[in-house]
Amino acid sequence: MIPAAFDYYRPKDVEGVIALLQEHGDDARVMAGGHSLIPMMKLRMAEVPHLIDLQDIAALKGITIDGDTITIGAMVTQHELINHDGLSAAAPILSEAALQIADPQVRYMGTVGGNIANGDPGNDMPGLMQCLDAQIELLGPEGTRKVAAREYYEAAYMTDREDDEVLISVRFAAPTGGYSYEKQKRKIGDYATAAAAVQITKAEGRVATASIAMTNLSDVPVWSEDAGDALVGTTCDAEAMKAAVAAMLGDIDPTEDNRGPVAFKRHVAGIILTRAITRAWDRA
Amino acid sequence: MFDKMHIKMNVNGEDHEFLAEPRDLLIYALREKLNITGPHVGCDTSHCGACTVTVDGKSVKSCTMFVAQANGAEITTVEGIGQPDALHVLQESFREHHGLQCGFCTPGMITRATKLLEENANPTEEEVRFGMAGNICRCTGYQNIVKSILAAASELNSAKEAAQ
Ligand SMILES: Cc1cc2nc3c(=O)[nH]c(=O)nc-3n(C[C@H](O)[C@H](O)[C@H](O)COP(=O)(O)OP(=O)(O)OC[C@H]3O[C@@H](n4cnc5c(N)ncnc54)[C@H](O)[C@@H]3O)c2cc1C
Ligand code: FES
Ligand code: FES
Repeated sequence: MIPAAFDYYRPKDVEGVIALLQEHGDDARVMAGGHSLIPMMKLRMAEVPHLIDLQDIAALKGITIDGDTITIGAMVTQHELINHDGLSAAAPILSEAALQIADPQVRYMGTVGGNIANGDPGNDMPGLMQCLDAQIELLGPEGTRKVAAREYYEAAYMTDREDDEVLISVRFAAPTGGYSYEKQKRKIGDYATAAAAVQITKAEGRVATASIAMTNLSDVPVWSEDAGDALVGTTCDAEAMKAAVAAMLGDIDPTEDNRGPVAFKRHVAGIILTRAITRAWDRA
Repeated sequence: MFDKMHIKMNVNGEDHEFLAEPRDLLIYALREKLNITGPHVGCDTSHCGACTVTVDGKSVKSCTMFVAQANGAEITTVEGIGQPDALHVLQESFREHHGLQCGFCTPGMITRATKLLEENANPTEEEVRFGMAGNICRCTGYQNIVKSILAAASELNSAKEAAQ
């Protein structure tokens, strides 16, 4: 499979990227790890006459933990997420999720920024970022702006990012309490049939806060405020979990595909969320 | 437009320079321009791992990397890991423990396993299975591949101890 021909650029700074994006408009696209984009180009589902490789841009790399604020550069790979000691302590849900993405080879190349920017409902980072209430930082010709991950996704492959903007980083407060990323997939390297990201805090034996986001169960990731609310104030008993699952099922809208019919996906979503809540509560 | 690029890369310790279209995939540049045919094309869709090579210290499926991305890189293929008359411990171990049958997946397996043992010299069976999850084998059923890698790990570790 041979993709359509393109001109290749490897700028050294983001300003160079923005200049190329402005010059070539719709015909230009950035590439991070290429592990979503290259397969699409090989299938000729994406044609990119001007391909801008971000690998040399130092400003997009690096993880910083400043007090309780965590910032992850767009070009940080899934492999780096998993192997960063500080991060595994400050936000263990990230490595738990990243370890369930694809396989070792893909994780060396696939980046946080590419995973968030891609807009494929099957990507795992978007739901995770919604669970963590992350802010996505974008840089365009007019400067930088921030968008909440919970507001970023519009439809499959459609996000709030303009064509001439680059995703710079994601930032969120270090989560507290218990966490879990649960994913049901058909085999290693597969996208989720259903996945759930859960963070729960506990006070006096009851749920103080709960944040719940689901992956690959709609054309966008789904942060279910109602599902979280159903847990707050409860002891996270079976009844509370049932209510959370019911609320979540009201927010998702899966479609039938090679991972199964709608009824099956809704069934799996319920089981995965129940497991995720149970584990997060145990750890809270 | 779409001019060929001047590519420089070091493969298995040797410097190479050649012209290529940016869209050429690394696997085809290695196989067809440099005649390095150890890495195989199994699926061409980033699933099987037969094309695995090491690029600047990362295990990479070379069917999913443009040659332009690897411009300036240091690359290791199975040819750089051992020689027919001086096999690497992993290669010897695959032979000893029947870690291959048809051998098609083996270059990718060996290349990936080398990196795995570099990062985790003493893996458990589960860690080997998880670390090799990007490599598919249609013949062996994996049992003997895992055995081969575990045996190679303990051999490498005893050699290290003996050297100390
Ligand atoms: C076999 C296989 C299995 C996989 N399984 C999973 C899985 O289970 N879960 C999962 O989440 N992912 C999976 N992936 C996808 C993988 O994680 C991708 O690498 C990731 O989704 C995209 O990251 P990337 O760095 O490769 O981005 P690229 O492929 O380089 O880019 C993806 C898109 O994002 C855009 N983009 C990238 N970076 C930026 C930026 N900084 N600013 C603006 N736009 C940007 C690109 O223009 C492109 O449109 C799998 C991939 C493969 C090949
Ligand atoms: S040929 Fe590259 S992963 Fe199969
Ligand atoms: S030995 Fe035949 S595919 Fe692995």
